[in-house]
Amino acid sequence: MTARRQQRFLARAGVLVLLVIGSLYAGLPVLWMISSSFKPNTDIFEYPPKLIPGVATLAGYATIFTDPTKVRFFLNSYFVSLTVTLLTLLVAILASFAFSRYEFPLKRVLNVMIIGVQAVPPITLLIPYFGLVVFLGLYNTYQGLILTYMVFTLPYAIIMMTGYFNTLPRELDEAVKVDGGGSWTTLWKILVPISIPGIVSVGIYTFMIAWNEYLFALTLTKTVEMRTVPIGIQLLMGQHSYEWNEMMAMSVLGCIPVLVLFLFFQRYFIGGMTAGSVKN
Amino acid sequence: MSVGTTVTEPTARSAGKRSQISGKLAPYGYVSPTVILMVVLMLIPIVMVLGYSLMDNVIMKQNPQFVGFAHYVDILTSDSFHGAVWNTLLFTGASVIAHLVIGLIFALLLNTDLLGNRTKALFRMIYILPWLFTVAIIAILWRLLLAPNGVVNYLLTASHLIGSQIAWLAEPQYALFAVTFINIWSGYPFYMTSLLAGLQGIPTDLFEAAKVDGANPLQRFVFITLPQLRPIVISMALLDFIWTTQQFALIWMTTGGGPLNTTEMLSTFTYKLAFSRYQFASASASAAIVLAISLVLAIFYVRAQKARD
Repeated sequence: MTARRQQRFLARAGVLVLLVIGSLYAGLPVLWMISSSFKPNTDIFEYPPKLIPGVATLAGYATIFTDPTKVRFFLNSYFVSLTVTLLTLLVAILASFAFSRYEFPLKRVLNVMIIGVQAVPPITLLIPYFGLVVFLGLYNTYQGLILTYMVFTLPYAIIMMTGYFNTLPRELDEAVKVDGGGSWTTLWKILVPISIPGIVSVGIYTFMIAWNEYLFALTLTKTVEMRTVPIGIQLLMGQHSYEWNEMMAMSVLGCIPVLVLFLFFQRYFIGGMTAGSVKN
Repeated sequence: MSVGTTVTEPTARSAGKRSQISGKLAPYGYVSPTVILMVVLMLIPIVMVLGYSLMDNVIMKQNPQFVGFAHYVDILTSDSFHGAVWNTLLFTGASVIAHLVIGLIFALLLNTDLLGNRTKALFRMIYILPWLFTVAIIAILWRLLLAPNGVVNYLLTASHLIGSQIAWLAEPQYALFAVTFINIWSGYPFYMTSLLAGLQGIPTDLFEAAKVDGANPLQRFVFITLPQLRPIVISMALLDFIWTTQQFALIWMTTGGGPLNTTEMLSTFTYKLAFSRYQFASASASAAIVLAISLVLAIFYVRAQKARD
């Protein structure tokens, strides 16, 4: 019996050691980013390197918050990402409702298309988009970015949302029909309210795609006041000398929204996805 | 159902008739925004890019001419394109395999019953971190870490693993390895989370039955865990393969395809043709080839998804 307990203890210690080694691989680069963001730029490559800055300063952050151009990067990113999220959710909820609750001749074709569309490489679309966006007068505008982002957020959102609606029993719809309500009522009064957990997770996923997008933001915008955070970080790299502390500060600020969403999302996701409708 | 009672009730018969007609049309109404978006921003652009690829003097010049498959022939026979295909294959193959291995190891560790849930949640949070960073941030962070006098070189020289500092992203013999390494770091959490969910979904009675039959942990892993995870693994690997062959931002911001084209991928090759050299027609041909490759992979993916359902 004691031998067994000892064995279990050793196994536990072994797993813990492996987990710690793994978290060094995953976490050290991130710690280094945070630590560098608080260093004076002259200490970035100090020898030997120190994880905990000898001199800690907020200079990197201060230069970002006091520069309207850099604040604008963040405002642009928030605006574009939030708009894309709301529009994607709206369009995806409508489409998913049709996919989940109706049989119609084009359904299979559309379904295959939506799955297939995820595989279309952004680089393939970039050249015609450039032509199209210039033609429509949307070059260097928010609308141009928002529309193009939706092409990449919609398929996944529709697939996830359809899956979620499929888990909701059809008896709920019948109840509304008996009461004389149409499909529009069913969707907005019944399905949407109980799908909030699913909608939240789709929304977060969409927000992340939009927040992280790089290629189209690089090509379809031109002036510095239309740039988003990912491009802004790269623009810092191009300027005169490398202001590493400032770039790291911007990176830290750049991942805060996703980090916050994720912390929130984890709780929501686990509770929400399975515990569904009938309880309500 | 409290909401139902608040809906007003029109006369039952007319409502029934109306809903029969609108019932047939309704789904099209609901999918129409999606269809319009997909046609305008997916179908038309694909037709456009295929059209451009068969012409000369497109976008930047006014007098397009039909040249047939000339651009395809040029690209498919050029050495720089072959180099880009080879680099993309190495980069993608190594990334997908490493993602899978690391993701599976971490998922198995996090699925252990030897530790408490709090501890596991903490580690899961740490392990997921790389997934929460946008590519721009990942690129810049690793440029800092891998700089000649950066911390990676410090650790490697201090532990005598390498003799002198290496400019990982600037030396031709290391650059491809370095960008692949970065891509592996940024991509494994996607596998880890899905595999962890997969592991938690395996019915425990399978393991108990195997235990009763005297199977050891390795046998249980090989004969129960792996087969149960197989469908998840296949669809994830295909999806990852598709995405990784399309990777642009990471390469663009770390090496730009250099040094000496050693990290040139299909995506950077195409981008440069279009936006550095303004050869939009050739670039379109290259983009069409990339599309064809992706679609072939997508067919496998759709099949795998169907098999899963």
